[in-house]
Amino acid sequence: MSTGGHVLILALTLFSLLFIIRMVRRNQLPSRYALLWLVIGAIIALLATFPGLLDRVSSWLGIAYAPGTFFLGAITLLFLIVIHFSWELARLDARTRLLAEEMAVLRADPPRDRPRTTAPEDQPVES
Amino acid sequence: MGRPESLVREQALPSLAPKPVSRRRYARTLVILPALNEQEALSAVLQELALTCPDLDVLVVDDGSTDATAEVARAEGVPVAVLPFNLGVGGALQTGFRYAVAHGYERAVQFDADGQHDPAQVPALLAALEEGADLVIGSRFNAPEAGSEYAVGRFRSGAMGVLRLAVRLLSGRRFTDTSSGFRAFSAPLLAFYAANYPNEYLGDTVEALLLACQAGYRVVEVPVSMRVRAAGTPSTQNLSLAYHYLRALVSLLSRAPVRRRQRAQRRSSNGATR
Repeated sequence: MSTGGHVLILALTLFSLLFIIRMVRRNQLPSRYALLWLVIGAIIALLATFPGLLDRVSSWLGIAYAPGTFFLGAITLLFLIVIHFSWELARLDARTRLLAEEMAVLRADPPRDRPRTTAPEDQPVES
Repeated sequence: MGRPESLVREQALPSLAPKPVSRRRYARTLVILPALNEQEALSAVLQELALTCPDLDVLVVDDGSTDATAEVARAEGVPVAVLPFNLGVGGALQTGFRYAVAHGYERAVQFDADGQHDPAQVPALLAALEEGADLVIGSRFNAPEAGSEYAVGRFRSGAMGVLRLAVRLLSGRRFTDTSSGFRAFSAPLLAFYAANYPNEYLGDTVEALLLACQAGYRVVEVPVSMRVRAAGTPSTQNLSLAYHYLRALVSLLSRAPVRRRQRAQRRSSNGATR
């Protein structure tokens, strides 16, 4: 890749890193996700700054086509992140559901007190 | 038979709802009607219920209706629990179970708000509960005589057949109507379902049935006849139905290993159970 390309990637990476840091400072991104994205950003920045690094890692892994290493890593990482988000989404959905149900029960009309013929009624517990 | 309480995967969160205040000594029964946009049919259904089963309490769970369902129910003098958004039949039912547990009901009946079910058959379901069943299913298909005038489409009946087969393989029992929404629940099962009830479409029927079987509750079927829907439309159309049946199948099959584990546990914990 040309030097211009590396500069572009480096600039984009630094920009997204700054963006993430800004989000964390504004309490818009939980720190655990910030950490994840910062690490990923740092790795990309590292690869953009030292183009030879990717080639060396590729040959070490036995991958002939260097960008393949990058895509392999990227897809694996994104896959894991999406799986994690699915899990988190399911958990949030279950909790929201529970809250909605519990709220409906709390706000529901109390059972009707009707005169009964089948059995004597207890005294109401609450006055 | 000891109920494997420890096998309940998700422990019930401590309920915020009021503690049971027992006001009556005899078995209190709550009829739960999950209702989504049923303002047309609901009033007649509630009136017929009150006339046929005057001793039963009724709760309408308004599952995020956009019409006057809740107002219609209140006009009939029936308590309503309003969900803030649509949760599906499973979520609405679970809301009903939580209400039942919070107010000390000892049994509950699931009843359709669209006039599909006949209130005259509720006592038959309750009678089966009294004989020791935990879950009673009103089945459309094993009516002894020609009392069952309920027709389902070819696709739906085929898909239901597949699910029935899956349930049969997984539970080791044969049910004629796994998707009936006319059911009765005992107090222990109410508590169990209040804590965990499948909430996806079809989950509220087929998966709930399997869940009860696997947890060791006694499940029986009682023949009932059903009517044609009084108003409202069927909950889902064919195309998404295919997806829902597939999802239910995956969900059923994913429960299989759990069942084996539970069986092994039960066998080791209290010897011969069946």
